[in-house]
Amino acid sequence: MAQTNTGGQGTNGVADESPNMIVYRKMEEVIARMQEEKNGIPIRTVKSFLTKIPSVFSGSDIVQWMTKNLDIEDPVEALHLGTLMAAHGYFFPISDHVLTLKDDGTFYRFQTPYFWPSNCWEPENTDYAVYLCKRTMQNKARLELADYEAESLARLQRAFARKWEFIFMQAEAQAKVDKKRDKIERKILDSQERAFWDVHRPVSVYGLQNDIRTHSPTHTPAPEAKQPTEEELQEQITFWQLQLDRHRLKMSKVAESLIGYTEQYLEYDPCLTPPDPSNPWISDDTTLWELEASKEPGQQRVKRWAFGIDEVLKDPVGREQFLKFLESEFSSENLRFWLAVQEVKKRPIREVPTRVQEIWQEFLAPGAPSAINVDSKSYDKTTQNVKDPGRYAFEDAQEHIYKLMKSDSYSRFIRSSAYQELLQAKKKVNSTFFKLFSMLQSKTYQDFEPTAHL
Amino acid sequence: MVVCCCLGRTATWVSYQLKIHAQKYMRSPLIPEMATQEVQLNETLAHLKSESESLKSKLEEERAKLHDVELHQVAEKVEGLGQFVMKTRRTLKGHGNKVLCMDWCKDKRRIVSSSQDGKVIVWDAFTTNKEHAVTMPCTWVMACAYAPSGCAVACGGLDNKCSVYPLSLDKNENLAAKKKSVAMHTNYLSACSFTNSDMQILTSSGDGTCALWDVESGQLLQSFHGHAADVLCLDLAPSETGNTFVSGGCDKKANVWDMRSGQCIQSFETHESDINSVRYYPSGDAFASGSDDATCRLYDLRADREVAIYSKESIIFGVSSVDFSLSGRLLFGGYNDYTINVWDVLKGTRVSILFGHENRVSTLRVSPDGTAFSTGSWDHTLRIWA
Repeated sequence: MAQTNTGGQGTNGVADESPNMIVYRKMEEVIARMQEEKNGIPIRTVKSFLTKIPSVFSGSDIVQWMTKNLDIEDPVEALHLGTLMAAHGYFFPISDHVLTLKDDGTFYRFQTPYFWPSNCWEPENTDYAVYLCKRTMQNKARLELADYEAESLARLQRAFARKWEFIFMQAEAQAKVDKKRDKIERKILDSQERAFWDVHRPVSVYGLQNDIRTHSPTHTPAPEAKQPTEEELQEQITFWQLQLDRHRLKMSKVAESLIGYTEQYLEYDPCLTPPDPSNPWISDDTTLWELEASKEPGQQRVKRWAFGIDEVLKDPVGREQFLKFLESEFSSENLRFWLAVQEVKKRPIREVPTRVQEIWQEFLAPGAPSAINVDSKSYDKTTQNVKDPGRYAFEDAQEHIYKLMKSDSYSRFIRSSAYQELLQAKKKVNSTFFKLFSMLQSKTYQDFEPTAHL
Repeated sequence: MVVCCCLGRTATWVSYQLKIHAQKYMRSPLIPEMATQEVQLNETLAHLKSESESLKSKLEEERAKLHDVELHQVAEKVEGLGQFVMKTRRTLKGHGNKVLCMDWCKDKRRIVSSSQDGKVIVWDAFTTNKEHAVTMPCTWVMACAYAPSGCAVACGGLDNKCSVYPLSLDKNENLAAKKKSVAMHTNYLSACSFTNSDMQILTSSGDGTCALWDVESGQLLQSFHGHAADVLCLDLAPSETGNTFVSGGCDKKANVWDMRSGQCIQSFETHESDINSVRYYPSGDAFASGSDDATCRLYDLRADREVAIYSKESIIFGVSSVDFSLSGRLLFGGYNDYTINVWDVLKGTRVSILFGHENRVSTLRVSPDGTAFSTGSWDHTLRIWA
């Protein structure tokens, strides 16, 4: 039968395995544990009516074992994982073509390693034809073809009409070999072979079995890694050297910082704190979004601006308020410069040279109308950059101005009465009041006399 | 020659380098000793390789020295999360094949999605209405992105390109006619993202590189080399001032890049398989990754190392995509076993497992205001969870 080895073995053995192979190996580890003598699933032979059912275990056995041995709390999760393992063909229900796991007395059997997906099976239609043909030669009720199998056989007979004799001969030969086996062994092998075909020629065309083995084009086996050149190695060495010189923070400090951040933003996280008035996706009410779009920032939103300068710069309303405050102090040139430089970086490359000149004239050239104060080093560098202007011409100056704003203008803004007023006086607009207010606003012209006041 | 400060160790390194260079230049070029030259070259390569490797191990040592405590230990004092309930609130049906990628519009309700059959659809996820649809001339459209203005979308895949489609208000207008080809790679496009402007796009590709493009002219502004294999994902740092982004690839590495210089400024290699997704922590000081090794990991840029692993014995299928909730407390992971696992970032525990999709979850993004997250799946649908 057609068996390929693509992606099966990398030159490095385990390390270069394809993503599917990694999952197969993990499932096989679980299967191996399930089959252990001591702590595995109890496999037994069940006596039924006139026959014996060899080598089986129940669906609940599997679920129980998984719950106990795989650190699973919820049986639903065990069922889900178990169904995926069955869909890959690692164990199968002995009386059903559909490969799912049921948490009841349904009997299951392990698949033989020969048929495991990790062997990269890609069986052809001729193989399937031989198999179905062989089934018709065996005179046992349990081996009768199901409807979909009979249909497939008919289709294959038409497709391979010319070489059907060859297929028939192969089927005969296989049937002969099978007859020689021990009865119990035959039962087991027959079921395992059937389960193999349930994976590769599933009942339903749209079954999950098909897509599990589909490869995304991103996961093609990696080509042989080239030997690095001398230059590349030198670059690597330089890189490691730079990394070694880096300043690192202790984990304890980092942990405190991460914890601090999440705690500060907890009340803003809709997944953890239900938003006010409601989460639009849950309530189907878009008031939350309408409130945010309005020019009147709520108290919670204003509070956030105090967390750091980036919060003010990120929020368009925050930027507006910050600019307004600075204008009132006649010190807005820093912020305007910073905003202008951000704008330049967003423009198409074609517009950059003109914009850079404009910014230079406005903020940095001798006699500039909105002169900003930059340290001499940045100033010199910027002068050079402007001669051959790129998107990052003002990078040094912008960094300097940002630090200045952070330590000076921003802290003044947060302490300013303008900000404090926004924070205190603008209590969150009650949503029903907001609705009523806007509703009344729309009615004033028609329903009230011009002299009436609300 | 690299200029280093005078430490004993680096002085030895410098003199060693001088020796190598001297050996090269003192060989007489008149005598064609090809065989000996090749032997010497191989020796040089071997020396350099071992030098590089010893520096790398030294770096790991230095990084480990500052690991005085585990994140989840410090997080023991943090209040636990209560009962967690998130459900599918919307199901978007309309793709005829596997959904591969999606992105949110800044208006918090519209999304763009792309699929294996080449279809790119723009939805108002709140009403579940389809607003625009375009069919790409290629299959496996693995990357799509919404422009910050909301007026355009970008997408690409097996065509090795990233194209931008302006979204017209006129629903009848043929979007495909206005298509603009921006990026050109030599292998498939795996991810794309607009920077904070409609005018620049950052792309990653199966050709092992990332690149920054000017949308209007299609000019390559900067390219980023350093991955040894396909680059599968990228994410821009959330800072207002920063110019960095992180990428993950089939070489199991996550690299942090300086957009201005094109240099790799930090690199992390702890995953055991392909990294399918990277996403910054909201503060920009850390990022999470999801990999085919079935784990998600958190890397902190200040500690310069991996600081947490999110894994479970019962989770054996790879992670296709990850994203943080707004506060960074929760990490959502879409997995190849059709589920979504929700992790407590600080404590390292799994908070919840969400079922619903009937095939692989291929893409997951939290909405811009954090009110919901969206998933796309190989089962042809998208779901909005809240």
